[in-house]
This record gives sequence, C-alpha cells and structure tokens, in this order.
Amino acid sequence: MFYREAGQFKTSYAADQQIFPITQDRVGVLLILAFAFLAVPVLFNEYWLKAILIPFLIFSLAALGLNILTGYAGQLSLGSAAFMAVGAFASYNFMLRIDGMPILVAFALGGLSAALVGIAFGLPSLRIKGFYLAVATLAAQFFIVWALTKFEWFSNYSSSGVITAQEIEILGYRFVSPEAKYLLVLAIVVLLALAAKNMVRSSVGRAWMAVRDMDVAAEVIGIRIMHTKLLAFAVSSFYCGVAGALYAFAYIGTVEPEGFNLDLSFKILFMIIIGGVGSIVGAFLGAAFIVLLPIALDVMVQEWLSGFLSPSISSNLQLIVFGGLIIFFLIVEPHGLARLWQIAKEKLRLWPFPH
Amino acid sequence: MGFFFEVLIGGLLSGVMYSFVALGFVLIYKASGVFNFAQGAMVFAAALTFVGFQELGVPFWLALLLAFAVMVVLGILTERIVLRPLVNQPPITLFMATIGLTYVIEGLAQGVWGANVRGLELGIQDEPIQWLLEATDIGVSKFDLFGAGVAALLVTLLALFFQYTRIGRALRAVADDHQAALSIGIPLQNIWRIVWAVAGFVALVAGLIWGARNGVQFALTFTALKALPVLILGGFTSIPGAIVGGLIIGSTEKLAEVYLGGYVGGGIDSWFPYVMALAFLLIRPEGLFGEKHIDRV
Repeated sequence: MFYREAGQFKTSYAADQQIFPITQDRVGVLLILAFAFLAVPVLFNEYWLKAILIPFLIFSLAALGLNILTGYAGQLSLGSAAFMAVGAFASYNFMLRIDGMPILVAFALGGLSAALVGIAFGLPSLRIKGFYLAVATLAAQFFIVWALTKFEWFSNYSSSGVITAQEIEILGYRFVSPEAKYLLVLAIVVLLALAAKNMVRSSVGRAWMAVRDMDVAAEVIGIRIMHTKLLAFAVSSFYCGVAGALYAFAYIGTVEPEGFNLDLSFKILFMIIIGGVGSIVGAFLGAAFIVLLPIALDVMVQEWLSGFLSPSISSNLQLIVFGGLIIFFLIVEPHGLARLWQIAKEKLRLWPFPH
Repeated sequence: MGFFFEVLIGGLLSGVMYSFVALGFVLIYKASGVFNFAQGAMVFAAALTFVGFQELGVPFWLALLLAFAVMVVLGILTERIVLRPLVNQPPITLFMATIGLTYVIEGLAQGVWGANVRGLELGIQDEPIQWLLEATDIGVSKFDLFGAGVAALLVTLLALFFQYTRIGRALRAVADDHQAALSIGIPLQNIWRIVWAVAGFVALVAGLIWGARNGVQFALTFTALKALPVLILGGFTSIPGAIVGGLIIGSTEKLAEVYLGGYVGGGIDSWFPYVMALAFLLIRPEGLFGEKHIDRV
C-alpha cells in the first residue's frame, strides 16, 4: 500500500530515465544516505566505525568492481585482491614520489594504474572463457603479489614489502579520527556506486550484459567484443584499485603484498555471490554479510563456548560454520540477498492487504 | 648437459605429482561439470586421516582402507548435502559451493586430527638412485620415481575401469550427456557418488605421496592451486591431458626457475606455470586435449 507507484506519472523523458523512478525509492535512498552521513558518525562508537563500517564500505566498493566484471560482463575473475594491491601500492608511490600530490588524485591514479594492469590481464578474455579464464586470472593474482614483493622499488625498499600509508590530508584538513575517515570513505563509495549504477543502465552496461548472456550473439548485433570486455576489465579494476587504496590508507594503514592474497579474492567473490550476481545493492548486502559473519561468529563462540573449547578447535569450528553457511546460502537462495530484497519489495507493494 | 637433464627429469617427476591432484579435478568435472575447488582440501583431509589413524596404532593397510572409507563417506555426503540441492544451478554457483566445502573439509580435518605438521613414512627414501648417478652423473630421486610409477599404475587402473566395467561405461555416458544418460536409465546420483568416491581415492593417493614428500600440513591444500595450470593446459575433461599437462608444467617450472629465475630474483615458480598456461591458452583456448567448443547463436 505504501510502496507502490500508483499515481506517479512520468511526463518527460528525464523523469522516465531517473535512477530511482519511484518516489518511495528516492526518499528511501536519501534517508539512508542522510543516516549514513549524519547519524552514523554520532551514533556508532570508534570500534564500530574502525573495525566494521570502514571495511564494510571498502569491501562493498571492491565487490562492486568485481560485480561489474563478473555479474554484468560475465567474466569470472579470481584476481580482485591483486588489483586492490595495485591500487594500494600505486597510490602509495604516487604520494611518496611526487611532492604535493593531492591524496584524492593519488587514489584516482592508483585506480587508473589498476585499470591498466586489469586491461593487460583482461586481454586473454578475448580468447578464453569460463573457468579457463578464471584460472587465467589467477595468473594475475600470483604474478602481481610476487612482483610487488620482489621488486623493492614498489615498497620503497622496506623489508619484506611492507608499506605504511601516508596520512590523508585534504585542503589542510587531516583525516585522523575514525569519523573523518569513515565520512571520506563513505563519500567516495557513494560517488562510485552512483557512477556504477548509471553505467550499468547506460549503453555500456547493456553491452556488458549482452556479452555476458551470449557473446557470439552480441557480436552479431554489432557490439565490439574487444572494446566491451576490456572496458569491463578496466572499470572493474579501477573500482578494485580505489578500494585497495582506501584499504591501505583509511583502514589498515600498514599493508604488505601478501595481505592481498587469494583468500581476499575469494572473500570478494563470496560477497557478490551471496549478495547477488549482477546487482549493485547486492554488492553492499554481500559485503555486509561477509564482514559481519566472522565477527558475529567470533562473538558467539566467545560468549557461549569459550569455556568448553580450546582456541584451535573454535577457530576450526568457525571455518566449518563459515563454509557451511556459504553452502547453505547458495542452496536456499542461489540468486543472493539482492533477490530476497526484490521479493520483499514485491510483497511490500500489497502489504498490509492480501491482494 | 647432465645438469640440464637432472633438472628436466626432476621437473617431469614433480609434474607427475601435480597430475595426481589434477586427475581428481578432471574426474569430477567430466562426470558432473563441477569445478571442484575442494580437491586440494580433500588431498589434505585424506592424508591427515591416514596419518591420524596410523598415530592411533592402526597398521598401514588398515589405515589406508579406513582413510579411503572416510573419503567415500565424504563424497557421498557431498553429493547428498551440497550437489543434489544445487542441480541445474549455473556452474559458478557450484564452484562457489565447492569453495565453501573447502572451508568445511579443512575445518573438519583439522578439528578432528589437530593442526600440527606430521611426517608420513612410506618406506621409500628421497635420495638419488646410486647406480644411475655413477653411470651418467644424473641424480634421479627414488621417491620421485616411485611417485611416477604409482601415477602410471593409477592412470592405467582408471583407464581400465572407465573402459571395461559397467560403471565405467555409465560414467562415460554421464560425462558425455547428462540428459541422455538419465533417459536411458543410468542413475545419475549413484554415478556422482561413485565419481566423488573415486576422486576421494585419487586424493588419498595424492595426499600420501605429497604428504611423504613435504609432511602432512595445511600447505598441502595449496597443491590444488598448482594443479590448476596443469588443468587448463591439459583441458578440463581429459585424463591424458592431466598427465601430459603435469609433465609440461613440472618440467618448464623447474627449468624456468633454474635458468630464468636468476635474472628476476627467483621465486618465479609461484606464478610461472600460470603465465605459461595463459600463453598456451591464447593459442589453444580449450587446452591441449579439451573438447573444442562450437558456439551457436
């Protein structure tokens, strides 16, 4: 009853092409944004901001990037963490080696470097498909981490490739408090998410989806396969690169190449699978799930079982529960949380009436 | 020149070890179209179970049988709990499910048997064969040779099993076309159980050989990652491909590490197989022996 578009007429093309054509959606998104920008920094304490909300936003961004590549363009990638590493190390080097480099520009340049590397490793996708491609992206994962560790120039000759990210400073204001960092990350993520949402609604996104659904058919109707696939790799890697830069600068502070290992890539893949492949909201839902799950498991194990179990058993138990939950989710809702959200919206149109 | 051959032979033999793990992948992919990422975890679990039973004082053969039984049960449970509800889902969903399965198996194995590194003794020394070393100056490890022998035996057994038994015929039918196999009355679920059991057996053999080589430890799960380039090189659906791919990857990896590694600072064997497989795929996108894919609109 409350969530339906009855009576909302579109009288212009602009109205028809809005991101959120339904008024309730528009108001809802604005409310969420207002809550995230104004209320969250006040309501939540430092632990929540630092350990949960900032990583949640950063992983959402990385998941968004992977979702563009895997969900929209249909190219399975297992190397997202490596592109994050490129973003982080490139931003660090731009800050280090160019005097007076504005940090936001460094983030963007980090993302662009990741995009370039992404294009290079996306080239095989023109020839190979499916799981063959997925294994091929592992080449990116291992090669990049190896190169960042091996060539000490990247980490400014620190031992074992560890870098300490510089302080974030914009127009003289230093982002030190968790609230400030949170707001900065939030602003970047919201901007890029809006851009992604618009991209997938435009001709670019439609070309991606056409290639995903059947690339031969897409080619026949005149979509340039090479251009489309490489663009997907570039955009996806850009998002992952920026996410990696934020990961280093706003979250961890001190990172090493090994931190961006295959596990992290899998984590990001889990996010989009559990959140929903081919959905912008899904990236956020999945990231929230994957970030919160281990913490929730941790808390639960410590609350209830710490007396009975040794730490090694409880850590194994967490592994089992984590894997089990992923399987459970895939079985119960293979289209992810985004699908549940969609079903909820359908139901909401009638609620509270039966018809 | 002697050194070159020594490196080459060492590489070929270690390639055989990769083939073991790749074999398990191929079996499952052929029969059910599932890219089973959990194969590495299965190798680890199998080796750990075997060593665990041995530590309890169970004799060698019984421990082997018990470990095999555990792997069969694991395979049946996987089919029942994970794969059956996911029939008709896209391959990526199944792939993700096997990653979830990886965590479960790793957690279970370590939870039951503990996480410390164990030695595994098969009674074969990892030392060069003396007479060959004296005659030709080429060191070939006895253990590696034993591994290669086991691999040859295993592949022969599998080939006979696939070729001449009733179950083997059914397996090939399922691999060829699920629907057609179902329509002539081949019980698909039974077949999947059998395939997972056979993959479990291959994992056990791989686990024993790898475990005897490097000790039974968590790092065994990473051997699965080494098997992936072997897999794409040989093609996902070909058993000979897994063997030949393993030989190529093993030998080039060692040769590259020895002859190229020095120029870039070493450690290139972590990524070199992948890059080589990648370069190879650019020429033959379906691997050496993979089925050629024809697109229809």
